[in-house]
Amino acid sequence: MLEVTPSWQTQFEAQHQNAAVPKWLKQVRQDAFARFRELGFPTRHHEDWRFTPVTAITETVFNPATKPYTSVHLPEIKGGTRLVFLNGIFDSELSSLAPLPKGVIVTTLAQALQDFPEQLESQLGHHASYQESAFVALNTAFATEGAVIIVPRGVVVEDPIHLLYVSVGTHYPTIAHPRTLVLAGEQSQITLTETYLGSGGGMVFTNAVTEIVLEQNAVVDHYKLQQETYETYHIAHMQVSLAKNSNFSSHNIAIGGTLVRNEANALLGAEGIECTLNGLYLATDRQLIDNHTFIDHAMPHCNSHELYKGILNGRGRGVFNGKIMVRPDAQKTDAKQTNKTILLSKEAQVNTKPQLEIYADDVKCTHGATVGQLSADALFYLQARGIGREEAQSLLTYAFASEVIDRIRVPELRDRVHDALFTHLPTTIRPEEF
Amino acid sequence: MLEIKNLHARVDEKEILKGINLTVKPGEIHAIMGPNGSGKSTLAGVLAGRATFDVTEGEVTFNGQSLLELAPEERAREGIFLAFQYPVEIPGVNNMYFLKAALNAIRKHREEPLLNSTEFTKLIREKAKLLELDASLLNRPVNEGFSGGEKKRNEILQMAVLNPYLAILDETDSGLDIDALQIVANGVNVLRSPERAVIVVTHYQRLLNYIVPDFVHVLAGGRIVKSGGKELALELEEKGYGWIEQETRATAGATA
Repeated sequence: MLEVTPSWQTQFEAQHQNAAVPKWLKQVRQDAFARFRELGFPTRHHEDWRFTPVTAITETVFNPATKPYTSVHLPEIKGGTRLVFLNGIFDSELSSLAPLPKGVIVTTLAQALQDFPEQLESQLGHHASYQESAFVALNTAFATEGAVIIVPRGVVVEDPIHLLYVSVGTHYPTIAHPRTLVLAGEQSQITLTETYLGSGGGMVFTNAVTEIVLEQNAVVDHYKLQQETYETYHIAHMQVSLAKNSNFSSHNIAIGGTLVRNEANALLGAEGIECTLNGLYLATDRQLIDNHTFIDHAMPHCNSHELYKGILNGRGRGVFNGKIMVRPDAQKTDAKQTNKTILLSKEAQVNTKPQLEIYADDVKCTHGATVGQLSADALFYLQARGIGREEAQSLLTYAFASEVIDRIRVPELRDRVHDALFTHLPTTIRPEEF
Repeated sequence: MLEIKNLHARVDEKEILKGINLTVKPGEIHAIMGPNGSGKSTLAGVLAGRATFDVTEGEVTFNGQSLLELAPEERAREGIFLAFQYPVEIPGVNNMYFLKAALNAIRKHREEPLLNSTEFTKLIREKAKLLELDASLLNRPVNEGFSGGEKKRNEILQMAVLNPYLAILDETDSGLDIDALQIVANGVNVLRSPERAVIVVTHYQRLLNYIVPDFVHVLAGGRIVKSGGKELALELEEKGYGWIEQETRATAGATA
């Protein structure tokens, strides 16, 4: 445990002193902040943080990010609903609200707190536990803005809902605490994208928490694309609570940032749940991308699938820790986890660890991790047909990533991931028709 | 077109090729036969530029250019094509895209206009039809999940599309049924022209019933120990490789 610098205390007091918020929220924030002080930032002595030093965060005094003066370039999104937050602050001009099916709510956290505080009281902070994590505690204590999505029972939202969190760096270190809450009612269905973008110079700390709740038979297709600047520290927790027969799928693409830590946790607390957590991470020089996943099988007859793929170049580093818990009641669990990493350089490095804890006896659990280079045979085969070495490397790297990219069902997001991938490849060829 | 002089090559520390001499002129078809382990595939691999083989001595020129100094892709662009004995599976890379990228890389090198998707699709359908190949192979990832026969057919389709000056078939006939064998032979015969040459590396005489070679060479112990016309292949089929090896040992004994 590290001593928490006094600046956090000052900031906490300054931010919330005069805030007009419901009493329960005031209490939650105070409790979370107290817990943050107790926990302190993790160090490398914590098993879960062994390979991911956060000293740069610990030792820096961050100021709350403010509305940027520079204009930002946003990816084009055709139609649909999007909420845009610049440095954690909602920007209504950049956002657009397309007509939504009756009863569907897509709004900001601040607005939701005004409009229906009771509904938030029973959900906000109830899924992502600030007891366990200093970063969740920090977010819970400080988060004032973010997105709230509520889909009522039986409603199917056809078009994806896009959330864009954009950080614009400045000459001093800044911090933002994006907070997302998604409540998918019984038999509802939505597709949701969370995109984290960055521009400008300067150190940025994005400390995000996303809570997603699926009621019975709900279907949520979730995507996260993290593409911030190389001076960004991105720490994110996603906590998913799944009810009976619900189906959750998430694709987590991490490309930007100097230090990225994604925690994706799913609690399978009823029968008949289907849960998919997939991911792709690309890291090059001065980048460390750490994915920690935790799938908690608490009840019988649930399936979970996990495929995380990494492409590491230069001195890029990756960490993957995939924990699967199968509790005594969770008979007939079918859990499959795969982590594959390609190292494109001698200096690149990955630490991968599957972590299976199985307390039921009639289950099917498999896990596999591979770390390797591009296949020399495949490279030679492509070269022997006239394709240059670098282009062949790009093609094979692309093919490796495509196993995850091809599963992205939002075309414009898939295109953006394609584009981002190509800027990482040795050549800029663009296979237009894979 | 191709001139191989005193070629020596090794894999790890083991010398496999011990002084190969061979001249191939445009329009010719050469068959290289020989027992297992004689160095046939090594020779094919060295010509295509496989890095696992270390050339220790000798030289190879292709149209007057020193071949051994070129990267595999440069050799391909100059017009050399190796049909692999074991075609590589490449998950995630579409066969059609792969072949288009290859063809355009070669065309670019030759300063010919690149083909767009429509032109390419037209070309490839023609070639597939000519060879009586199932075009559905094209929409799958390169060789992934292909049967042995499908992989070999895919090699022949690639050869037909890339239209090389020198095609080297490395035991393309091994493990093929008679239908697939005819497709392979058809591919070679379609390619056959006064300005192109083919080297057929094979263990069996069977393929040579369909592809009539101008020359047959027997490779044994890393050297070409006997050369002749197409009748040599029949002789080998009849008598096996034993007599060649005996003859070679006798010669080696006599010179020792």
